[in-house]
This record gives sequence, structure tokens and C-alpha cells, in this order.
Amino acid sequence: MSTVTATDHAEAGRGRGLPARAARFLALPAVGPLLALLLACVYFTVRTDRFLTGANLSLIVQQVMVVGALAAGQTIVILTAGIDLSNGAVMALGTIFMTRLAVSGGVPGVWAILIGVAVCTAFGVLNGTLVTMAKLPPFIVTLGTWNIAFALTHVYSNEQTITGLPKSLTFLGRTFPLGGTDVTYGSVVMLALFAVAWYVLRQTAAGRHVYAVGDDREAARLTGIPDRRLLLTVYTAAGAIYGLAGLLLVGRTSVGDPQAGQTDNLDSITAVVLGGVSLFGGRGSIIGALCGALIVGVIRNGLQLTGVPSIYQVLITGILVILAVSVDQLARRRRA
Amino acid sequence: MSTVEDNARPVLEAHGLVKRYGHVTALAGADFELLPGEILAVIGDNGAGKSSLIKALSGALVPDEGQILLDGRPVRFHSPADARRAGIETVYQDLAVAPALDIASNMFLGREIRRKGVLGRVFRLLDHKRMQAEADGHMKDLKIGITSTRQAVETLSGGQRQGVAVARSAAFARHVVIMDEPTAALGVKESGMVLELIRQVRDRGLPVILISHDMPAVFDVADRIHIQRLGRRVAVVRPSETDMAETVAIMTGAAPGNLDGAANGDVTI
Repeated sequence: MSTVTATDHAEAGRGRGLPARAARFLALPAVGPLLALLLACVYFTVRTDRFLTGANLSLIVQQVMVVGALAAGQTIVILTAGIDLSNGAVMALGTIFMTRLAVSGGVPGVWAILIGVAVCTAFGVLNGTLVTMAKLPPFIVTLGTWNIAFALTHVYSNEQTITGLPKSLTFLGRTFPLGGTDVTYGSVVMLALFAVAWYVLRQTAAGRHVYAVGDDREAARLTGIPDRRLLLTVYTAAGAIYGLAGLLLVGRTSVGDPQAGQTDNLDSITAVVLGGVSLFGGRGSIIGALCGALIVGVIRNGLQLTGVPSIYQVLITGILVILAVSVDQLARRRRA
Repeated sequence: MSTVEDNARPVLEAHGLVKRYGHVTALAGADFELLPGEILAVIGDNGAGKSSLIKALSGALVPDEGQILLDGRPVRFHSPADARRAGIETVYQDLAVAPALDIASNMFLGREIRRKGVLGRVFRLLDHKRMQAEADGHMKDLKIGITSTRQAVETLSGGQRQGVAVARSAAFARHVVIMDEPTAALGVKESGMVLELIRQVRDRGLPVILISHDMPAVFDVADRIHIQRLGRRVAVVRPSETDMAETVAIMTGAAPGNLDGAANGDVTI
């Protein structure tokens, strides 16, 4: 009964032994991207002593915070086996509403922000409605709303960059000292966004349902999950997150720029894919997507510091994306 | 074990169900009766209205005419969720489980248990431990051998996956478990395992409706067999009294059924 082998066996059977725990940790979807991120950090730390400083790390987080926030919204959409091409353009439209209303509309900052976020949320509702009610493919729906948001941004802004923003709009760009390093509030907001999204996805029933619908929508529906309402909620929440990303962008750039965010949709998909989230839905971790965004940021920053032309960052990102998707495909084929 | 009383009050019954799709009549006044503690097999050729009947009973379609009674009370189901709320659980042939989610998550999908107190009520925090423990209990009750309820369902064999679906419905059904071709996607050995699960569910007191094409399986496990033909119930036979050849003959129309509605032979629809 109490021999070592019997105990070991029983523990392995219940999945509580140290090896089982280690195996489970390695199988977590965010571990691969996390290791890749650490590897990139170690590499650049060895290559240049300017990489691993508080100021530089804070800068990297600032540089990725907008795409990172967009990637959070992109992740929840992709987890449902959808895709959102509209997020960068929707964010830009939100920032134009915020800045124009505050600067030339005489609207108080808080209200301008709320209206901007509401505009982004409305686009989320539009995306979700078209996907669930009209049953159109998410790729096509968001291709359409991408163009619509882009056009509205240029019409409403008159192609003008909006400057002279009140402080009430740019507070997320301000910094506070943390252990001798200046950290922007925006960085903290982005990290908090990921923490909240992780909690909802992992620790609540709604989050389980997002995974279930993306994994096998029919099975989810048959177990009584209101799949259409869930999808509508996901696209709406994603829209609200793009509004928040817009506020981060305004904080970082201090202007309302109609040209902003033009490749951010693809950059956010890149981050999600690098983060090991499956484009087929139902698999992956939002923490992985954060790692994916940081990997791009670290490589860009590290190459700059080591004097490599920045175009090589694009090259490396391209290779990494293909690698990440190949890993996902191989894993799927092995399971099938 | 099952000693089915013919005059016991049916748990679930239906009278005169009609369902038309344009010019096609899927159900032409179908009757149905499920008695307490039995495994009732429903068989019929393709187009006999078998799956329409089951969909009506499980809430997946609303019949145009007719009445469904649960424990003697009339019920109307507008969705599978309605039927589930009334205590009728369905196991589908295409293994309706989410492969990437673990066993416990699948077992409690759509019925998750939250932590007690503020954590659960305000922060909606799931009680993973309790769900895992309960899922483990349900799997053990049915003697489905798995390593851990934290295993992803896709790591299981087809039979074990169906085992998860059966355990889920047995755990939550209060009145009836409907099994729609539960062995269609499985091999011989795995089918045997699922049939054994069906018996266990019945022996725990839940009546089971089994829809199957697999005649040997039906004769192996069913207490009574409902034969559906041309949108109606034409006969109810007992495997102990009727052989397979005769049953198939009734099913295909080569022999007349034994119920009033079918006394005149084929029903024109």
C-alpha cells in the first residue's frame, strides 16, 4: 500500500506529482511564447548592455501598448474562430472623435473620451450583428467595416491632424517613477487590460463559453450556450477595447492623427499568432498574445540598439509568424 | 434492474405529432410512450420521421400539431434548452463535446459552478476544484476510466468522449436521457462500452430513449422497441418476444405493425 512505487503511481494517476505538474506547465499555451520572449531578451542582453535597463524596458512596453491593447481585443475575437480586420481603423476613428470633440467641439475631456469609446463600441456591435444575425464571415464583415471606419475617419477629420489636446485626454502618456524608472500610466492600463481579460477568459463561465464556441460552435450550442449572444458580446467588448487602445494612442502621441493605425490590424493579428493563439479558434491564451506583442517590440528595439536596419525586424517577424502558425497546424494534425 | 410495467404511467409521451416541411411530411400523427426505468429503442428506415420525432422530444424542433406530456403534464419545448430545463438531456451522435476543453469543463459547460460568496456572485469566479471533484465522481459512477478530469477531451478515445457526454447527461437529467445514435461514430469495442453505460444509466433509474441503426445493439440493450415508419409509430415490440427479422420486416413495411394506427397498412402521406 505505502510503497514508494504505489504512491508515485497513484499521484501520477491523479495528476498531482511534480512531473505531472511540470508537464502541465509546459503544456500551457502561453509557455512557448513566454520562452521565446525570454530567449529574445537574453539574446539582446548579451549583445548590448543598453537593452536590459529599466528605461529601455519601459520604452518597449510603451511602444507596444497600443498594438498590445488591440491584440487583446483581437484575441477574444480569434478565440471564437473569428478575425477582426477593422480594429486599427476603428481605433483611429475613435481617437478622431475624442480629439476633435475635445479640441474644436468644446466637449469636456471625459465626455469626449466616452463618446470616442462609444463609437468604437458601436462598430463592435455592428461587426457582431453582421456576423451573428446576417451570418456573414467575420473576415468579410470586418474588411467592410475597416473601410467604412477608415473613410469616416478621413471625412470627419478633414484629413487634418488634430493638435493642442487638453491634458484630460493625454493623461495616459504621463509617467510615474517606479524603482528609478519612469513608467507611463498607459503601460499599466494595458497590462491591467490583459489581467482582466485573462481573468474573464480563464476564471468565469463566460470565458469558458468563448473557448467552447470557438472550439466547436455546434457542440457549444447543443449544450445550451447562447452562441449568437456570446459572439455579439465578444465583438462588442472588442470594440470597447479598441476605444481604450485609442485613448492609449492619444496619450502616447498627444495628437489625433487620421493616418494612425493603418497596419495595426495586421500587427495585432501578428501578435496574437506569435502568442500561440490558434486562428481556428478555441485554443490559446491571452497572456500568449501579450507575449506575442512584446516579442515584436523586443526584436524591433533590440535590433535598433544593435544597429541592425529596422527592415530586418519585419523580415524576422514574418519568419516567426510562419513558424508559429506551422506549430499550431502540426499540433492540430497530431490531435486529429 | 428493469421490470417494466406496461400499465405504469409514461414518463414522456406524445400524441399525434405532425411536422411538415413544405410538401414533405416528416411526422404524420406520431405517438410515443416512454415508461419509467426502461430503455426504449426507436428504430425506423431513413425518412421514417425518427429524427424529427426525437428532435420534437428534445426541443430541437416545434411540432405543427400534437401534444407532448412529461410526467403527465403537457409541455412545449421551443429549444433544446427548454427540454433540458425540464429534465430531458440529449446525447448526440457527433460527440457534442468541445475537444480543446478539459473533461470537467465539458461536463459543466453551460452549467458552471461558481465559488460561494462575493467571489462567485460579484466576481463570477468559477469553482474549478468542485467541478473537477464532481466530474471525477460522475465519471467514476459510470466506471469510465480516465486519468484526470483536467485532461483535454481530445486526448480521449471516441468511446471515452462519448462516455463524457453520457456522464454529463446522466448527471443532469432528472427525467429522461435521449441518446441519438450514440455508437454511430464508434468502433465495435467502444460501442460495447457505451451500451454498457446506457444500461448503467437505466439501472440508476433514468429511462433512456435510444435511437440507433445498429440492430444487434438495439436487441442487446433495449427493453422495448418503438418502430417508426412513414411518419408514425407502427409497432412497439419487445426483443424478448419478437425476433430481429420480424422487427426489420415491420420497419420496412414488409409486415404490418401491431398498433391501431397502422392496422390498415401503409399510411399515405
